[in-house]
Amino acid sequence: MKAGFVRDLLGRSDYAIIGEIVEPKTKVLDLGCGEGELLEWLAANKGVDARGVEISGAKVQKAIARGVSVFQCDIDEGLADYPDQAFDYVILSQTLQETRHPRTVLREMLRVGRRAIVAFPNFGHWQVRLSMLLSGRAPRTKLFPYEWFESPNIHFLTVHDFEALAALESLVVERRYFLAGHRKVDWQPNLTAEVAVFLVRRG
Amino acid sequence: MIVSANTVRFDFIALDNGTTLAPVEVAYETYGELNAAKTNAIVVLHAFSGDAHAAGISAETGKPGWWDNMIGPGKAFDTNQYFVICSNVLGGCRGTTGPGSRNPATGCPYAMSFPVITIGDMVRLQKMLIDSLGIQRLLSVTGGSMGGMQALEWAAAYPESVVSAIPIATTTRHSAQQIAFNEVGRQAIMADPDFHEGNYYDKQPPARGLAVARMVGHITYMSDDSMREKFGRRLRGKENFSFGFDVDFEVESYLRYRGSQFVHRFDANSYLYITKAMDYFDLTNGQGTLAAALEKTQARFLVISFSSDWLYPSYQSQELVRALRSRNRDVAYVELESNYGHDSFLVDVVEQTDLVRGFLASTFEKAQ
Repeated sequence: MKAGFVRDLLGRSDYAIIGEIVEPKTKVLDLGCGEGELLEWLAANKGVDARGVEISGAKVQKAIARGVSVFQCDIDEGLADYPDQAFDYVILSQTLQETRHPRTVLREMLRVGRRAIVAFPNFGHWQVRLSMLLSGRAPRTKLFPYEWFESPNIHFLTVHDFEALAALESLVVERRYFLAGHRKVDWQPNLTAEVAVFLVRRG
Repeated sequence: MIVSANTVRFDFIALDNGTTLAPVEVAYETYGELNAAKTNAIVVLHAFSGDAHAAGISAETGKPGWWDNMIGPGKAFDTNQYFVICSNVLGGCRGTTGPGSRNPATGCPYAMSFPVITIGDMVRLQKMLIDSLGIQRLLSVTGGSMGGMQALEWAAAYPESVVSAIPIATTTRHSAQQIAFNEVGRQAIMADPDFHEGNYYDKQPPARGLAVARMVGHITYMSDDSMREKFGRRLRGKENFSFGFDVDFEVESYLRYRGSQFVHRFDANSYLYITKAMDYFDLTNGQGTLAAALEKTQARFLVISFSSDWLYPSYQSQELVRALRSRNRDVAYVELESNYGHDSFLVDVVEQTDLVRGFLASTFEKAQ
């Protein structure tokens, strides 16, 4: 992949990547969709049939008020009702590290969707490693700004960790993008990427 | 917005119990204008004790409608954009044919000879009304509580006529607890010596029984929190207990007042028939599972429940949402945080306004 700059989408570079990946006129489910900004954009600009799941009632209210079909529920439990292969894409943006059972969530995503788009903060980034090495405490960086006891992140994974899980699940990685700020990076992404975006499907 | 009720008469309606009722009249009100393409009509469905006067100020009574804070120019159901219709339900006592109506065969009120009706019958009559207005598809059907049941029945029974449905604080079928509360109300009415097997129209009506039924109802519409906030253990106009059975507590006074007011506007027989219709309602009737019952629906759904509603608890809305998801229907769902119990759907206007406005706007846009 060529290095280069990524234009923001709704203030986020991972959204720009996701906006690039999703084909027009497809069916999309966004897990942990927040206030539905990405879904609204995808519906308006790609004509997708957009659905979302979000645990926070306040965020669900805002998403529905935007006209996006979102229902309030926990991602860890929320996919069981869907029929198999109901969606073209299931998106999990910056949330995998917050789920209780990430492997189950990934499996469920690929049961209800033909493809999964997973974006997550890379715990292998050099600043994280340096922070822990120098301070001897749970790392705090721009990407992981929380005190350990306040962090919503309950699993910490790196680019290599996700690749390993994909291999364990025999997934095909169709595309991978590594981002540092607004820059795409390709040299040593496990050290240099702040955020990774993977497009995967079952083999 | 000054509004007046209209009435339309039909020769007959076929009922779920196998009989027909002839003739039948429907009282309804409309707000806003139907557009040329007839794509902006919304049917609002009232709850158990509601009526056709949903919005505006009644030309007859001078009173605002029961959902006036949600329906009107610039409100959630914006009458600058949409054409809103609300009718009194079959079996009611506010203009639509019910047990208090005169039976043309006998010249007397039907009373208990009125056929037992269902939510399906109510909706069939509403469909006849909509057809008579020349409207083929409804942008939305919506209502809280029993109004929500009718909205669900609309979506299931007339899938090609319903673009979207907004069932609020409702269920696909009554639980044992819900049936139980209704049965207490019915028994209170029937135990009143003035009930006379329902033939009280030329006499003193069973007002005490009906008032007790309403008192029970009001308890179920509130929450422990809202009652504590509103009444606590405060005494009514006194410093000390009366050591008798007159009103001591504020809450007693409130319930007695609401009960005594109710008998002026509601017919005891309608109470019996409409609560029975609610108890009989089961969207899965004859279809096996809820998902199968929803198989033919085409509508987009917005389902809303309230955290403090213990009469129609959120789990009942979530069952509906899960069944819709299992058929991959377009469904939005949120449980709103609220203290007002079941009454929340009438009280919590701000939150519902944003939800309904956004949902309707995107539904209208998609439907064009």
